[in-house]
Amino acid sequence: MTTTTADNGVNVEALLGAREAITENPELGQFTWRATNTWLKGTHSRGEVEGFYGLSDEQSHTKKFVFDADHPLQFAAEDNGATPAEIVLVALGGCLTGGVASVAQQRGIQLQSVKATIEADHDLRGILGADPEVPSRFNAVRVRYEIDADASTEDVQALVAQSQKRSAVFDLLTNPTAVTVDVHTA
Amino acid sequence: MPSTTTVVVGAGHSGLAMSRCLADRSIDHVLLERGQVANSWRTQRWDSLRLLTPNWMTRLPGFGYSGDDPDGFLTAAEVAGLLNGYSEDAPVHTGTDVSRLRATEDGFEVEAGDGVWSSPTVVVAAGLTRGVVPAVADALPPQVVSLHAIDYRNPTQLPEGGVLVVGSSSSGVQIAEELHLSGRRVTMATGEHVRLPRRYRGRDILWWMDAVGILDERWDELDDILRARSLPSMQLVGGDRSLDLNALQSLGVRLTGRLAGIRDGRALFSGSLANVCRLADLKLGRLLRRIDESAGGSGERAEPTRVPDAPLDLDLRSGEIGSVVWATGVEPDHSWFDLPAFDRSGRLEHEGGVTTLPGLYVTGLPVLRRRRSTFIDGAAVDATELSRHLADHLDSRAPALPYPRRRTA
Repeated sequence: MTTTTADNGVNVEALLGAREAITENPELGQFTWRATNTWLKGTHSRGEVEGFYGLSDEQSHTKKFVFDADHPLQFAAEDNGATPAEIVLVALGGCLTGGVASVAQQRGIQLQSVKATIEADHDLRGILGADPEVPSRFNAVRVRYEIDADASTEDVQALVAQSQKRSAVFDLLTNPTAVTVDVHTA
Repeated sequence: MPSTTTVVVGAGHSGLAMSRCLADRSIDHVLLERGQVANSWRTQRWDSLRLLTPNWMTRLPGFGYSGDDPDGFLTAAEVAGLLNGYSEDAPVHTGTDVSRLRATEDGFEVEAGDGVWSSPTVVVAAGLTRGVVPAVADALPPQVVSLHAIDYRNPTQLPEGGVLVVGSSSSGVQIAEELHLSGRRVTMATGEHVRLPRRYRGRDILWWMDAVGILDERWDELDDILRARSLPSMQLVGGDRSLDLNALQSLGVRLTGRLAGIRDGRALFSGSLANVCRLADLKLGRLLRRIDESAGGSGERAEPTRVPDAPLDLDLRSGEIGSVVWATGVEPDHSWFDLPAFDRSGRLEHEGGVTTLPGLYVTGLPVLRRRRSTFIDGAAVDATELSRHLADHLDSRAPALPYPRRRTA
């Protein structure tokens, strides 16, 4: 591990300050993330993210983020966006890579380049209802990281392992989560 | 109401070490013990258990191991016998269960047995007597027998059928091995764990951790004390062999990820097994490198943990699993504390055993003042330093003490 100043563009002091504040006042750490999803046509829908709750108040991103979801031509759809399943892979990669950068910053490791390739194996018989024995979820998820950093191989491996340990999306994919869905009619 | 200068709650190794230090300072005190001396060692250990620490590490204030097997490992009964001898001159009130501790204007009142003790100082050395069972246990199907490691004695206690051991701490790996060798089909759910080889470069791993100063690391100098204190116990067994996940898999124990939930009678396991194994291997690598850096040269490296193609769920109603053993940790029982000594998360607030209430101390907890505090061997430094703090506290009190500071006899 190096002790020279690394700059990965992560404000670790702010993160550690937030951790301390949340330790003192656990309610500050109670966040609610929100997205809306609106059907457009066929399997095409649009997700939007703007506001969230946290630090004991309503918060907002600096702008609205939009995510189109659809299915490719092979599904007889119009391919207006990535599939929701692929967006999950995007989320996993984003979560793990953000974690790698943060942990590297805290450990004083300068990153040169980080690239992840995320793959999921999926047996479509599940979502198509073709075989009741096959679940709808992924069979397996694989992540391959290519990392160039000023640190030993073991220290880089430890970055990625620590990032998995703290990752929200990794936890969501590897552990069960209770989900409730309410329906209201017009 | 009987009064004394210090009430020590618990007459295990920590309480007795404290008693010895208080006696050395001529501080009048009593030890209130719910059962007999070394009660947990007598009543909350399984039959085959041996200490994780070699005999030469069985050190207490004024006591060192002098037998002919310094590299051996004591049984729990031998520890109890040893402590019994060590307690000979200690003012122990056995069979005296403490039911309430409260603060008064000038100290504390301790309700115990039929009476109430009053004292300006209290040292809680009550040990880790409560088994932690995760909330998911509530969803176990009723036909599955549930037992915490603290209540486990031997395989005959469990009904026929396979056993799910939850947790791969020191207790988890030892109980899994014993159950497997007794002929059970054992599945062990594995979250974060601390992998250690029993021996390294011809020495016991704890000899190295002692020699290079790891066990002397202070609580107030560790990066993350909360984490250090909540780590699962080391995957060690008192004996001459290593007992890691590879050893258990070679025997035939089946591994799964951490038990993440129980839904509709099915145990759900986390898909994080590969990462917790990687974390443990990397952490072990750092430890061995640190030893090598200190000692010079380098030693053997264990094979990386083999990560099996583990099931993500298991039907608990099929009859395959007859019982679950929770090796999910032990914690102190503070239910009798009737005073504001806790933080917002409900944890007893203390700095190395010095609580926020002047005169109230706690000891006998993992990584209390050193990493060594986790072991019997840490009781000496903890008791020495806390008794010094306690004596200073007594000296700082108003001169007209209602209690005798010094023993007059």
